[in-house]
Amino acid sequence: MERPPDFNNKSLLMQTEKGFKSEVINIVKLTAQEKLFQIRILGSCEREKFTFLPGQFVMLELPGCGEVPISISSSPSNREFIGLCVRKAGKVTGMLHRLEPGAMVGIRGPLGTHFPMQKMVGRNILLIAGGLGIAPLRSPIYWVNEHRSEYKDITILYGVKEPGQILFDYQFEEWRKIYDLNLLTIVQNPDENWKGKVGLITELFEDISIDPEDTFAIVCGPPVMFKFICAHLADIGIPRQRMFVSLERRMHCGMGKCCRCNVGSTFTCLDGPVFDYWTVMNLKEAI
Amino acid sequence: MLFKTITKENFKKMVEGLLEENEVIGPRSRDQDLEGNKIYRFLKVNSFEELEMDYTRSYSSPKNYFLPFKEDFATYRLEDNNWEQEIRYTVHPRVIIGMRACDINALLKLDQVMLKSVYPNPYYFARRQNTLIIGLDHEPLEDCFCRSMNTDTAFHGFDLFLTDIGDKYFVAINSDTAYIIINQFDAREVTEEDQERFKTVKEQIKSKFKTQVDITILPELMDLEFESEVWKKWGDKCLSCGSCAMVCPTCYCYGIEEDTNLTFTKATKRRFLYSCNLLDFAAVAGGHNFRPEAHIRLKYRYYHQFRGFVEAFNQSLCVGCNRCGKACLAGISPKAVIDDLIKTEKNEY
Repeated sequence: MERPPDFNNKSLLMQTEKGFKSEVINIVKLTAQEKLFQIRILGSCEREKFTFLPGQFVMLELPGCGEVPISISSSPSNREFIGLCVRKAGKVTGMLHRLEPGAMVGIRGPLGTHFPMQKMVGRNILLIAGGLGIAPLRSPIYWVNEHRSEYKDITILYGVKEPGQILFDYQFEEWRKIYDLNLLTIVQNPDENWKGKVGLITELFEDISIDPEDTFAIVCGPPVMFKFICAHLADIGIPRQRMFVSLERRMHCGMGKCCRCNVGSTFTCLDGPVFDYWTVMNLKEAI
Repeated sequence: MLFKTITKENFKKMVEGLLEENEVIGPRSRDQDLEGNKIYRFLKVNSFEELEMDYTRSYSSPKNYFLPFKEDFATYRLEDNNWEQEIRYTVHPRVIIGMRACDINALLKLDQVMLKSVYPNPYYFARRQNTLIIGLDHEPLEDCFCRSMNTDTAFHGFDLFLTDIGDKYFVAINSDTAYIIINQFDAREVTEEDQERFKTVKEQIKSKFKTQVDITILPELMDLEFESEVWKKWGDKCLSCGSCAMVCPTCYCYGIEEDTNLTFTKATKRRFLYSCNLLDFAAVAGGHNFRPEAHIRLKYRYYHQFRGFVEAFNQSLCVGCNRCGKACLAGISPKAVIDDLIKTEKNEY
C-alpha cells in the first residue's frame, strides 16, 4: 500500500483543522447590511505565516455558532490586519454583525485560487463589480496600486441596485486620484439625491473604450451578471481565458471534502473561487 | 504479494486472539426483511460465534468506521470574550473482519480524497492507520455490478484477504502486522493443491456475475445527456431522503454544525454525513438554492460519481455494490438509471 502523507508536516495540519485565533480590531459600518471587519491574527509568528493573494478567501469561525467562507478584501501586503466585508445574510453573519471590537474569532486559510495578477503585468485591467462583488475586488485594486507602474490603464465599473448600497464610496476619490484608476458607477433604482448614471451595469460599456487585444477582465457579482458581461466581453474580442470570475457557493470545509460547493465536476473551494471564463462556460450549472 | 493458508479452526483462534486486545468489528445479522432474509450490519463482535462469515451483503457499508455519521472536529472552552480550541485525533486500535473487495476498493477511493489531496483529513488518517482490515471473498449477488466497475478484486488496501477454499482459507497477506499475527496461528505455505482449489473458487466467482453496467462512455454521456428526460423521469420519483448516501461505501459529503451548552461555557464543532439529495444541500444564506429541484440533485449525485470523480482521479466513485438501489425507498437503482441514459444515446428511449 502506498504510504499516507506525513503528518509531521505541521503547516498542513494547521490549515486542515486548526485555525488562526484572531481579534476583531475594528468594525466599519458600510451600509445597513454590510460591515467591514478588520481582523488581526494573534501572535507575530502566526501573522507572518498568513500570506495570501488577491481573490483568495478564508473560513471565518465564531466558535459555537458556525463557520462561513468570506473573501479577503484588504491588501496582500497589509500584514497588520485582514479586512473582511460581510453582509448580514444568515445565522453566522447575523451574529458577526453583533460583535464589537475586541471579540475573538477563528480564521482558517487562505484557501482557494487567486486572480493571476502576474499574468496581467503590462496590460490593461478591467474590473467589473456588481453589488457586494466590490469586496473581493478591493484586494486586486490594492495590489494594482502597489504595483501601479507594472500595469497600464485600470478601469473599474461598479453597479448597484440602489444608491444606499454603494460600498466603500469613501475610498472612491482616493482610488481615482492617487491610484490613478478610472472608476464609473451606475445605479439601477436612483433616489432624488443620486446625480450619477442610471441603468444596468452593461450600459457603462458605452462610456469606455476597451482594447480587446491588451485587456484582462475581472468580474465579480451575482451569477446573472456574469452571463451578460462575459458574453459582451467575448463579443468584443477578449479571449475567454483572460476573463476571470469569482464564484460563490455554500461551503462547509473549504478543503474539497464536504462537496457542498461543487460546480459541475469541480469544487469552488479547491479549483475556485476564481475561475477563468472558459472553464466556467464548460462547467455545468456554474452560472 | 505473499500467500499462505490457514485452517478454519486456526482462524477462529486468531479471531479470539484479536478479540482479547482490540475492538473487533464484523458482519452480524440484526433483523430479517419481509422475505425472511437476514439483514446484516457491521457491528462490534464479542465472540467468534457472533461473526457471520457467510453473510451476503451488509445493509450499510463499513465506511462508517472511518467516516462516522457524527464526529466531533473540535471542542471549545468559552470565556467572556475569549475561547480555547481543543482538537483530538486519538482512536483505539480496531479490527474489521469480513470486508468485501468492493468495500476495500471503496476505502481506496476515499483515501484519494481524504489522504492524498492538498488538505489531508487527520481524523480519517488516524482511523485508517489504526484499523486492521481482514477482507473476505464472496460469490456475487444477483444485482452486484462491481465487476463492471472493476472493483471485484482488491489488490491493496487490506491487511489480510481470505478466500474460502473448503476447510481452510487461502490468505493474501499485505502488511507486516498481519504477517506477524497470522504466523502465530500456524499459517502454512501454499501447496499445489491449495493453488488449484483457489483457482477453481475464483473462476466460480467470476462466472456468477449476472448484472452488468456499461460504463465505457459514461463520463461523456453525463455531459452529453445533461438535459436528458431520463433525469426528470427518475428525479421525479426521488424522495430526497438521502438513504442512498447513507448506505453508500464511498459517499463522503458532509456538513458542519456548531453548538454550545446551555451555560455557554463549552462549544462543539461537529461533522455529520450529509447527502447531495437533501433539499438544502446547496442552499446559501440569503435564501438562494443552487439546486432547488429533486431531479437536479439526483443528477448531481450521478454526475459526481461517474464524471466529476473520474476527472479528478481517473476512476469512478461508484464501486457497484448496489446498496443504494436496495436502500432506495422509491426503487431507483444505478443500473436502471445508467441503462436508461445509454438508451437515450442510442435513441431507443
